[in-house]
Amino acid sequence: MDITSLTALELGKKIRSGEISVLEATKAQLEILKARDKEYHAYVTIFEEEALSRAKEVQSLIDTGELGDSPLAGVPVAIKDNICTKGNLTTCSSKILNNFKPPYNAEVIERLNRAGAVIIGKVNMDEFAMGSTTETSYYGPTLNPWNTAHVPGGSSGGAAAAVAAEEAFYALGSDTGGSIRQPSAFCGVTGIKPTYGTVSRYGLIAYASSLDQIGPIARDVSDCAAILEVISGHDGKDSTSIHSDNIKYTTALVDDVKGMKIGIPKGYIGKGLDSEVRDGVLKAAKVLESKGAIVEEFDLDIVDYAIPAYYVIASAEASSNLSRYDGVKYGYRTKDFDGLQDVYKKTRSEGFGMEVKRRMMIGAFVLSSGYYDAYYNKALKVKARIKEGFDKAFERYDIILGPTAPTTATRIGESLSDPLKMYLGDIYTVSVNLAGLPAISLPCGVDRNRLPIGLQLIGRPFGEADIIRAAYSYEQTREYARPDLR
Amino acid sequence: MTITDETIDYVAKLAKLELSGEEKESAKKDLSSILNYIDTMNELDTSEMEPMSHVFPIKNVFREDVVVNEADRDNLLSNAPVKKDGCFIVPKTVE
Repeated sequence: MDITSLTALELGKKIRSGEISVLEATKAQLEILKARDKEYHAYVTIFEEEALSRAKEVQSLIDTGELGDSPLAGVPVAIKDNICTKGNLTTCSSKILNNFKPPYNAEVIERLNRAGAVIIGKVNMDEFAMGSTTETSYYGPTLNPWNTAHVPGGSSGGAAAAVAAEEAFYALGSDTGGSIRQPSAFCGVTGIKPTYGTVSRYGLIAYASSLDQIGPIARDVSDCAAILEVISGHDGKDSTSIHSDNIKYTTALVDDVKGMKIGIPKGYIGKGLDSEVRDGVLKAAKVLESKGAIVEEFDLDIVDYAIPAYYVIASAEASSNLSRYDGVKYGYRTKDFDGLQDVYKKTRSEGFGMEVKRRMMIGAFVLSSGYYDAYYNKALKVKARIKEGFDKAFERYDIILGPTAPTTATRIGESLSDPLKMYLGDIYTVSVNLAGLPAISLPCGVDRNRLPIGLQLIGRPFGEADIIRAAYSYEQTREYARPDLR
Repeated sequence: MTITDETIDYVAKLAKLELSGEEKESAKKDLSSILNYIDTMNELDTSEMEPMSHVFPIKNVFREDVVVNEADRDNLLSNAPVKKDGCFIVPKTVE
């Protein structure tokens, strides 16, 4: 078995026992990723030299005992390209940030560093995390390691593809409307979108600040729990960061769901859902039921309004957040201009791709005078109704179960021509962001084309332990399915 | 809702974007279909609801007003497209 096929925790253990050195693991990972990435294009930037010198540094910290029993010490990790890495390119897969080297690290990077992580590079995404296929990247699409005619999902498509292709042991992604969970589902890996406020957003380049959360993507539930434990916790630099005591996520890795109450929203398994995805998800529910969980279907029709509310709120926040890209302080600046206003307009028109422009215009529209109440305020009220719907559901159930996406991975080029169609693919994920809830996506089989099916488990606020326990229990009943890798 | 040329010009101006003729046509079509879909929100009665910005009751997050970072001008200017004497250079804006 190759080193790169190990899970992050397995590798961490072998590093601590001295069986594999950090440098050996880092070199093996770099070699594999450089060979495979010619085909999949998961990476935007590879930190080869930094990773090798960091590997030696981490090894000595392990040898002197300074990293204690940190379970991820020495394990190479890939970072989504919207998370700031000091002195190293952070492009958001956009032309407008194609030369941006942040003068500081995101809080999650500081936390990973303290845990002894070795960052090997930055992974591809939809431009500014706006998209569900990784096709809107300025640097070209990432391909799905299970079938390169298909997309890896998005926006954290590079992160999920890298983990599936064993080009990284694990990755950090970000999730605003499903951007960790949906690519995890499409690539047959596991990803967690934590409760809003669990992981600091300091240094995450903002798309829609009230919805954005950073989270782990890995090859199993145990890895995800261990990674989340490292990156979560209160941070004074993020005013929405929350003090929480429930951050010992690995203690929830228990194979026991006896008595756990699981609700399946009828709308999540109804019309619009691919029949093979439905079968895969309902089979998983049966497995949990056979292990002692109580599974029931119920009505949660309010989520039908999640997509419109999401696109209003996310676009509004994006139009405000992205107004900072003006060609003055950092990033791309247009070459020919006539006065300052022209610098702004030309820089932005040349620097942003069409999907980003579209969302900034929707955002400008819904916030504009005359439309603010009908669109933006209405969406915030719909959000309140959706939160209320979930609150009621969690009075009866410990977790909510459903598919992550309505289909398996779509074909390259299929969604780009019709943005509305792409938006509708977010139907099972966006309500979780609107309500601030934690959710996990994990593989539950493959369809007839051997493309992975994603199972989504949603928890109550700060209920990460419940979804981790259920996901771990389900995972114990099946083997990890791996794409055919060269 | 149908998006007119005037509306597209207005939102492009708000977003500080210059659209080509082709971009304008596709934006008109896409924004119309997206906003029509967004209008389905109106089926839902929300008259009893308050607009919700944050899902959790966090407000007035205070901290001590203490400087924790150092003056780091060179580092902060390292990404400037054009700089001179420790300043960002922009086209002249005031005559």
